[in-house]
Amino acid sequence: MDFPGVFDSLFADYTLRMVAMGSAMLGIVNGVLGSFAVLRKQSLLGDGISHAALPGIALAFLLTGSKSSLALLLGAAAAGWIGTLLIIGIVRHTRVKYDSALGLVLSVFFGFGLVLLTYIQKMPVATQAGLDKFLFGQAATLLRKDVMTIGILGGIVLVFLLLFWKEFKLVSFDTDFAFSLGYPVRLLDILLTTLLVVSIVIGLQTVGVVLMSAMVVAPAAAARQWTDRLGIMVAVSGVFGALAGVSGALISSAAARIPTGPTIVLCASVIVFFSLLLAPNRGLAWGWVREQVNRRQLQTKAVLGDLYVLAMQHREPGHGHTIEVLRTMAHGHGGVDRSLRALKERGLVRETGAKEWSLTPRGMEEARRLSRQWRQTP
Amino acid sequence: MTAAQIEIQLIACVVAVACALPGCFLILRRMAMMSDAISHSILVGIAVGFFVIRDLASPLLVVSAALTGVLTVSLVEILTRTKRVREDAAIGLIFPALFSIGVILISRYAGDVHLDVDAVLLGELAFAPFNRLSVLGYDIGPKGLYLIGGILLLNLLFILTFYKELKLATFDAGLAGALGFSPAVIHYALMTIVSITAVGAFDAVGSVLVVALMIAPPATAYLITDRLSYLLAASSLIGVICAISGYWLAHALDVSIAGSMATMTGIFFVATFLAAPDRGLAAIFLRRARQRVEFAQTMLLVHLYNHEGLPGEQKENHLAHLHEHLKWEPPFAGRIVGAAERKGSISRDGDHLFLTERGREAAMRAMVG
Amino acid sequence: MTLGDKDGMKGKSGNASAAEAAVKVEDLTVAYGEKPVLWDMDMEVPPGVLMAVVGPNGAGKTTLIKAIMGLVPPVAGYVSIFGKPYLAQRHLVGYVPQRNSVDWDFPTSVLDVVMMGRYGVLGWLRRPGRAERNLAMEALEKVGMADLSGRQISQLSGGQQQRVFLARALVQDARVYLMDEPFQGVDATTERAIVTLLKEMRREGKTVVVVHHDLQTVPEYFDWVTLLNVRCVASGSVGEVFTDRNLRLTYGGRVSYLTHHAPEETFGNPDD
Repeated sequence: MDFPGVFDSLFADYTLRMVAMGSAMLGIVNGVLGSFAVLRKQSLLGDGISHAALPGIALAFLLTGSKSSLALLLGAAAAGWIGTLLIIGIVRHTRVKYDSALGLVLSVFFGFGLVLLTYIQKMPVATQAGLDKFLFGQAATLLRKDVMTIGILGGIVLVFLLLFWKEFKLVSFDTDFAFSLGYPVRLLDILLTTLLVVSIVIGLQTVGVVLMSAMVVAPAAAARQWTDRLGIMVAVSGVFGALAGVSGALISSAAARIPTGPTIVLCASVIVFFSLLLAPNRGLAWGWVREQVNRRQLQTKAVLGDLYVLAMQHREPGHGHTIEVLRTMAHGHGGVDRSLRALKERGLVRETGAKEWSLTPRGMEEARRLSRQWRQTP
Repeated sequence: MTAAQIEIQLIACVVAVACALPGCFLILRRMAMMSDAISHSILVGIAVGFFVIRDLASPLLVVSAALTGVLTVSLVEILTRTKRVREDAAIGLIFPALFSIGVILISRYAGDVHLDVDAVLLGELAFAPFNRLSVLGYDIGPKGLYLIGGILLLNLLFILTFYKELKLATFDAGLAGALGFSPAVIHYALMTIVSITAVGAFDAVGSVLVVALMIAPPATAYLITDRLSYLLAASSLIGVICAISGYWLAHALDVSIAGSMATMTGIFFVATFLAAPDRGLAAIFLRRARQRVEFAQTMLLVHLYNHEGLPGEQKENHLAHLHEHLKWEPPFAGRIVGAAERKGSISRDGDHLFLTERGREAAMRAMVG
Repeated sequence: MTLGDKDGMKGKSGNASAAEAAVKVEDLTVAYGEKPVLWDMDMEVPPGVLMAVVGPNGAGKTTLIKAIMGLVPPVAGYVSIFGKPYLAQRHLVGYVPQRNSVDWDFPTSVLDVVMMGRYGVLGWLRRPGRAERNLAMEALEKVGMADLSGRQISQLSGGQQQRVFLARALVQDARVYLMDEPFQGVDATTERAIVTLLKEMRREGKTVVVVHHDLQTVPEYFDWVTLLNVRCVASGSVGEVFTDRNLRLTYGGRVSYLTHHAPEETFGNPDD
């Protein structure tokens, strides 16, 4: 794989251009809609919708004989929608719970889709759609008009999102309150779900039905780590989605024998991983660092306090105390050596003999100040 | 039927039962989607195991894949515990990542081996009879059958041995914990069983059907019963029926066996949903119509009782008031009033309604009960 | 098994209001499946009062609030706000849901949540602007949260969260407020602040109906009360209706609520 070469080709090579654009757009749209899905606890619904889309694609081909993106996408969207309605219906009218309904619809629809695919595969080769590219995605098959379809549909989705931004925000945060204000909550829910279905469907050709759900969840989950504001989260999520899409598509085009879907998903997963670790505030790495810093500060204060107590007992501030004594007093909350070094640097203690330490006058003052503080806290 | 056909159906039935058993617990514990997650992510376990062992038929693959299943569950838990990501999102992040790694490994490095991506999804049930197991020179049947048969026995053993603990942990986790059964241990044991079953079934039917068989038959059974023992038995039976009918459907149309079986589980669910006695949709609608009338009668009595002896009673017990305030259409109101009169609960004086002693008793019973 | 005679039951507190009742509920029945949660409920809330709705768990208190707004569909009954159906008077009613009905990890700030109270007025397509921001800040001042306006809501304490909800209700500038357990799980300071706010709202002529869980504080905080246990046991002014007999009827069994009545009166004739 030749990376500089890849970037050059990006502009020269038509296929690569299409691939990059298609992937970028699906990344953006799914990142944006995925933010709402994740916030509304519909992460796995994306999985359901994308699996359920498979028989829709197959049926669309069987009925229209056409491989055009638009026809297949419409079939996918219809099937995805029907699947969603079935899930809701099952939950509402039976004892079966949401997760079971989801898994049921997902696997049954997908199984049916595979039946149709194997049926189609027996048909004369010329008409065979190579529909199995929809399983794991094959970005290399994106034509200009496919990309245009993706672009237009994606654009419409984003426009709707902008138009109803505050309504979607409200309904996602507090449905009951939205209702009390007079908003048609059910309609808004249907609209938002429809936008989600469309955004999933435009990504199926590139990422495939099996893995598409990750593109709904991963960019949003990653973006959430970087910000506490919805607008920024959605924007960042879109950027992450585009990043994952483009890099995944390019890598899979450059390397041989790797389907696009898994590559994109891996790129997205890497983004999530680093976001979880490194994002300021929420980042786990920073959390650990902060914890360490806090712990050390506490240990240092404890050692200072211990020296103070010892000094009070001996009535000679200058009397040195061995490090063993300090370690015993610290019982198990180690770091005594480190604390002493830090205190020495601050001029609060000094070494009076071999491995013996005592407070300096400044150290005494500081210890007194701290002990007053501690006594004041309830 | 040829011997091969019988063998295929046999394997399919065994797979169905082996999946239905842990599946019951999954749906009861609201962890159905874990089956989806595990069945996808064990692919990477299979891939890595294959690269190490270099033998596709080795039972050690079961171990490596089962470990991956447990790994998946652990990762989800760890991720959820950081509180940065909710549980459903955690599932949706982990299994696609693992599955992608698996697909890439297989596509790139094992493309020439009979471990290709379609097999992953669909299984190779049609080829199962060709993979024989021979002991001491005797051909005793298809390998797949013994593998999944062994797993079925394992599942049965697990459930029978720990039946009480599983039942308690599923229905009352708090009590289980108080009694000393660690729900966490049971949880992980169950997930291990699910992983092992998924691996065993994988070979025969692929990841799609594993999920369908683990969820759909138990969900269908759940429509008609909620007793654990009945659930286990019914879902196994339903699974078997779907397996066999699915096979014949695939045979007739010459399509994917696994796909047809999955489709049949769906069809059975819908059929049960519509037709089940008591809980099916048809039964519910019929009952609702009848209940509406009974409920309305009780409402009428309660309404009359509440206003009896108070100022405003004359207004409240007037027939016209029923339309306004109880929101009953005149024909419906007439029906209810008529039925109540016939029952002897109310008496009528022109357009005013009054409770009889019987009606009063019924009203009080309704409000206290 | 009798339910006691009916004298003590309905609010014989005389003429509830010469003016239109702020909230009037008639024959309201709500059922989940066949299980009735509210039976033939009547309630009249005169304008300008602070009313508590109390009753045991599962008695239908939250359901009552939701049914008034149409959030749950009633099987029968009629709700009017100042004489007209609720749907026509929506803009006059402010709602404060239970705190735990919302996921506080949602990425939004305190100010943002409060501004949501103005969405109803903004209608579709319009964005909240400076005017909305100012109104929100004013409301936040009233609840003492103005300096936390930019804070992420997941970092708020229970009491602070409750104040945010209240501020959101205030910006609606409604005439009637329905609040679901606003005192649940808040610290003492917040509780006092909420009571002060409610009394100020009453002074301004607003009507507030509050689902309340703490019997002890009912006489102190509220002037009217509805006792509810699936059916309306009693509804009227606290003085007239908040009696031990009614409390026993509502809560079944013993009520460990000590009143200023003499012991003989408190544990008088046992009910049958």
